[in-house]
Amino acid sequence: MTSGVRSTEPPGSEGIGVAGAGAGIWEVFRQERKGAAFEHAGSVAAPDAAFARAYAHEQYGRRGESVCLWVVPRASILEVEDFVDELNRNYHRVDGYSLKAKLKEARERAAASGSVPAS
Amino acid sequence: MNGSADPSRPQGALDEQERQALLAIADDELVLGWRDSEWTGIAPVLEEDVALSSIAQNEIGHARAIYALLSARSGAGDAGAIAAGDALSSVPTAGDPDALAFDRPPEEYRCAPLVQLRFVPDWARTIARRVLYEAVDELRLERLRASSDEAVAGLAAKIDREEAYHRLHAEMWRERLATEPRFQAAVEELWPYAVAMAEPDDREQLERMFEPKTTPSNSLLQGARRGAHADGWRELWNEMTEVRRSVPGASW
Repeated sequence: MTSGVRSTEPPGSEGIGVAGAGAGIWEVFRQERKGAAFEHAGSVAAPDAAFARAYAHEQYGRRGESVCLWVVPRASILEVEDFVDELNRNYHRVDGYSLKAKLKEARERAAASGSVPAS
Repeated sequence: MNGSADPSRPQGALDEQERQALLAIADDELVLGWRDSEWTGIAPVLEEDVALSSIAQNEIGHARAIYALLSARSGAGDAGAIAAGDALSSVPTAGDPDALAFDRPPEEYRCAPLVQLRFVPDWARTIARRVLYEAVDELRLERLRASSDEAVAGLAAKIDREEAYHRLHAEMWRERLATEPRFQAAVEELWPYAVAMAEPDDREQLERMFEPKTTPSNSLLQGARRGAHADGWRELWNEMTEVRRSVPGASW
């Protein structure tokens, strides 16, 4: 939800200063249950940490869908996106490597030798 | 106090003073929830739209829980005691929170004029009211949490835990708008309404929270007293009860 700024403000709310130039974007990460990894949930527009906290709380927590949130100013996020592979070093990648098949073989071998029951 | 504090008699009638206090709170929360929800879809920014709508919904949820407690504890055949006025004939049967919320005539609602006022599309007054309301609400919930009636104290504690978020919301706005002339004027205008809404025992503390504000004049307090009805109240009551009145007795 990055488009937090309404195109037209209702009369009487001009200059309230939560939207427009003063509002930064905060990225919200949510944890579904204790111990689980945080996942990106979305974002809120808010002028400061207090507003970001309240808005993130309402939008990503009010239905009990999160036990914890990380709310991070977008400017604090280091973006890394240059992944060149000019020489096609496909040995760095895992495509074509079927772990499933290898696991199956290993299980069969183990079962045949009687050390582990087949599953 | 009567015997209702005895946990072995949870169905006993509520203490009369607490019953009146609870009915006033429920009516306040219902009507404020209604007024704040008038911003749904048109709040200044999308995030605030979600936040204020959610708060409005919470307030109505609090009203519902209190009406349910009042209905369950109205005591056999004395549902009439719930009503503020003498018009006992119009008072709904015990055991139905919806009837308590929607079937009373407009003059019997106990909500304070502060929550009846319609502010859309004035954001400054909307927020000034939230700030003042949450302050008054905090003081009265604190008192109810100390009630010797376990059901009352328990419900007050539950409601207060949600109100903590409403207070955070009000507080962040208060800080942000503190130097805005329109917000200051709105707080000034609504201050007598807030004092009039507070129980007399809470007023001194309320005034300390909003120093250097002082006690409003008696005439201002009189106009904003609980039981008085502000402009627009009847229209709001009409709208609020319209669907329910359209098919009396229907089950929704």
